[in-house]
Amino acid sequence: MRKFKLVVAASVAGMMLMVGNVQVQAADQQQAKKPPTGKDLAFDRKKGNCLACHGMPSQPDAESTGLYGPPLIAMSARYPDKAKLRAQIADATAANPNTSMPPFAKHGILSDKEIDMIADFVYGL
Amino acid sequence: MKKVILGLIGLGLLGGAVNTMASPEQDRLDTIKYFTTKFPNIKVEDYVYGALAFDQDSKDQYEAIMEFPPFIEDIEKGKKMWETPFKTGKTYADCLPNGGKNIAGSYPYFDDKAGKVVTLNDAINACRVSNGEQALKIDDMKTMGVLNAYMRTLSDGMLTNIKVEGPAALAAYEDGKKTFYSRKGQLNFACATCHVQNAGVRLRSELISPVLGQSTHWPVFRGGDNLFTLHRRYEGCVKSVRGIPPKQGDVSWNNLEYFHSYVSNGLPMKASVFRK
Ligand code: HEC
Ligand code: HEC
Repeated sequence: MRKFKLVVAASVAGMMLMVGNVQVQAADQQQAKKPPTGKDLAFDRKKGNCLACHGMPSQPDAESTGLYGPPLIAMSARYPDKAKLRAQIADATAANPNTSMPPFAKHGILSDKEIDMIADFVYGL
Repeated sequence: MKKVILGLIGLGLLGGAVNTMASPEQDRLDTIKYFTTKFPNIKVEDYVYGALAFDQDSKDQYEAIMEFPPFIEDIEKGKKMWETPFKTGKTYADCLPNGGKNIAGSYPYFDDKAGKVVTLNDAINACRVSNGEQALKIDDMKTMGVLNAYMRTLSDGMLTNIKVEGPAALAAYEDGKKTFYSRKGQLNFACATCHVQNAGVRLRSELISPVLGQSTHWPVFRGGDNLFTLHRRYEGCVKSVRGIPPKQGDVSWNNLEYFHSYVSNGLPMKASVFRK
């Protein structure tokens, strides 16, 4: 039952996302459609939306960032093991059950591929 | 580092507030203690300002807007509804306690006979039905919304005074509390994740209001003219975490409102206010 609800929630959100995308695509019709980069996915409010909670001091275009989470900086020094960094993004609740950070993989908010790309981007911060 | 330590202290106290064995009064005191410890410079009575309590600039802006409220017309519409007699010749004032004045702070209450929580909107509808009129739709901002906006002005300044007495009332309160602390939506947030754990913190550029004081000032007019009742706001918050909200006026929302209002016991009511 719970699972069912979750799937419904995910697909409704998916529908909203698709509507959003159609509009964005229509607006960007003329521009060549480039596949999103890890940074695009991290910044996109309908994807990672990481800036809602994290500053990224090394990115001048990271604007109106929130403060729920710590600033993401010097990540490769702090996470020599990139797999650990990826795991934090995939499911923050594993390390901290009380976290405010959404479990991006577990709840299907991002695909595995998208998480890989975001982890690569964040590793470089 | 400082932030991390504060965070840990916060979680400890949050744990206290979630204690399922605690009485409503203990929950309320724990909540006040949590916020006064975390924000020693904010007075408890200032929590009625919501997120504005954390930001003097926004609060100044709010005070300026409130001098000439842009939503005055909607309040007038509500006043007209309030004063227009039913077919029976009676008015809302005739069937609500104390003529409908200074009562909003005791809603919602638990009706032992009916075995459920009764909100002020439910009481308005009961009054209509007993006078042979149709109930208004709880989620209709043009009717129930504006009526609610006017009638609550009759309780401005009343101190919130919610009572939870007896096992059935307590069960409804506990159900509301559970809703408040349970994670929901694809994004996996509980109300408490934002309005306890992250109150006073920015999500994007939005300062988050604390649960304390949140129930006292409804409805709000967002952007100056967009009327939001409390349940409409609940609905918006659940949608923002990609959850599926129950309908406005649903038992689970009523129970949430019961819990949510109890926490603000002792704080003054004010209707209506401007919000971003
Ligand atoms: C709603 C809030 C929120 C969002 C959205 C969010 N995070 Fe977080 N994040 C947090 C919090 C809070 C922490 C602190 C540790 C914890 O609670 O798990 C954190 C911790 C982290 C950490 C560990 C930081 C450190 O210093 O060790 C990384 C890495 C991270 N987040 C990456 C991301 C990425 C990448 C995204 C977007 C795909 C993201 N976060 C989205 C709230 C969020
Ligand atoms: C992801 C974060 C988030 C979650 C989860 C969330 N809210 Fe909110 N809520 C907000 C934001 C942002 C606002 C607007 C800023 C403010 O006033 O706090 C808000 C505003 C409110 C307000 C209006 C405050 C005011 O003074 O105008 C109420 C009441 C409220 N939320 C209740 C709830 C309840 C109840 C839940 C759970 C069912 C909930 N929220 C879940 C982010 C959240």
